[in-house]
Amino acid sequence: MKPIALLAALALTGAAQAQDTAKEIQRYRQMIAEGSPVELFEFAGEELWKRPQGPSNVSLEKCDLGRGPGVLKGAYARLPRYFKDADRVMDLETRLLHCMTTLQGRSEKDAAARVFGTADRPAEMESLSAYIAAQSRGMKLDPGVSHPKEKQSIELGRALYFQRAGAWDFSCASCHGEEGKRIRMQDLPVLYKPQFARPVIASWPAYRLSTSGFITLQWRMNDCYRQMRTPEPNFGSDTTVALIHFMTVTARGETYRGPGNKR
Amino acid sequence: MTRPLILAALFAAPALAEPTPADVQKQMQRDFHPRGQATMERLAQDGVQRVCTETRDRPPAQVAKALEADQMKTIAFPEGSLMGDWKRGEAIAQSGRGMTWNDKPGDAAGGSCYNCHQLSPKELSYGTIGPSLQGFGKTRGTSAEVQRYVFGKIYNAKAYNLCSQMPRLGASGTLTPEQIKDLVGLLLDPASPVNQ
Repeated sequence: MKPIALLAALALTGAAQAQDTAKEIQRYRQMIAEGSPVELFEFAGEELWKRPQGPSNVSLEKCDLGRGPGVLKGAYARLPRYFKDADRVMDLETRLLHCMTTLQGRSEKDAAARVFGTADRPAEMESLSAYIAAQSRGMKLDPGVSHPKEKQSIELGRALYFQRAGAWDFSCASCHGEEGKRIRMQDLPVLYKPQFARPVIASWPAYRLSTSGFITLQWRMNDCYRQMRTPEPNFGSDTTVALIHFMTVTARGETYRGPGNKR
Repeated sequence: MTRPLILAALFAAPALAEPTPADVQKQMQRDFHPRGQATMERLAQDGVQRVCTETRDRPPAQVAKALEADQMKTIAFPEGSLMGDWKRGEAIAQSGRGMTWNDKPGDAAGGSCYNCHQLSPKELSYGTIGPSLQGFGKTRGTSAEVQRYVFGKIYNAKAYNLCSQMPRLGASGTLTPEQIKDLVGLLLDPASPVNQ
């Protein structure tokens, strides 16, 4: 596995400066030493990105994540943003779902049937997220902030963050509203403040040691709402995208260093 | 010709209004689906949730007083002693189950107390969103008034502090009055580990 990982690291950085490559090798060495399986998800994601699927029997290689069809370098760091062809703001997972339906001809029902996986069987969306996010390492988070729909989405995200709802009256701020608080032993970042949002957002998506699975931001929104005792948010809805957008804008300018590791 | 156009453009520029809680609620109605026991009605804000959202948990004193009085009316105080079994109370305080879309309706729920409060000194994994309740009964005793206060606070925290982050555990149907009495025992019983 080790030589393959190193070769892949070299291939991924391509013609980038030698310094970047050296850094990348250093990072891979460290990851292997620490036993993080993030790279396994990246490889699985690469395979899925290139595998022809759906009624159109094509791969996702022509999927436009905002930097042009098939351009992955730096694409994740610039999300969420407005996409003219869909006339809405999209995060990575929402955009991938869009490409699965438009390029591959899959129904949304089929493509979104299993977006959150398990340790035994990771979801396609998770591995793809790992592969694509990894290609923004070292780049500054730069989500869209200027299009009217982007502004609208950020404002909606901010309002959602403080919206009390559900059987237990929680908003996001009920837990993530004050500095230095925790649930049981888990520290709770205050995600509407840049100094706390920056390190957190820069490490998602991530491998989660406690469940041996890979977790994405759409999953995080879903599981927070579950614990807030609300009904379930739709995958890739304006609500989940707006929250991710608002928090990423709060973390804007931070250097992306994921996919990370979580407890 | 140009001047009216410029003026029109100026006025047409949409002022980006911050969405109101009602706008957000409408958006959530579009973007969520019911699952298990978690029905769509849960997205509809009641007066407490709306006021606390609008004021970022800082309601004007008069509004808070009026709404707290309304909330007080939701509390069904049982007759007699309100102090149940602290051992059962400890188990209820430990459990974070209940009310989520993957909890089976009818299964016993917990109070999630340790998620936010320190209670028994034996439990080191406790949260800090709420105040520490270690030794809570030591200085307060077990009088009827104290029992009533603790029962009421757990039943509906919003009757005492309108924008408290604590769920209305009785009023929301999460815990039964019997379970809340056991939690009163956990907090007040001199034999409870909380008071050791």
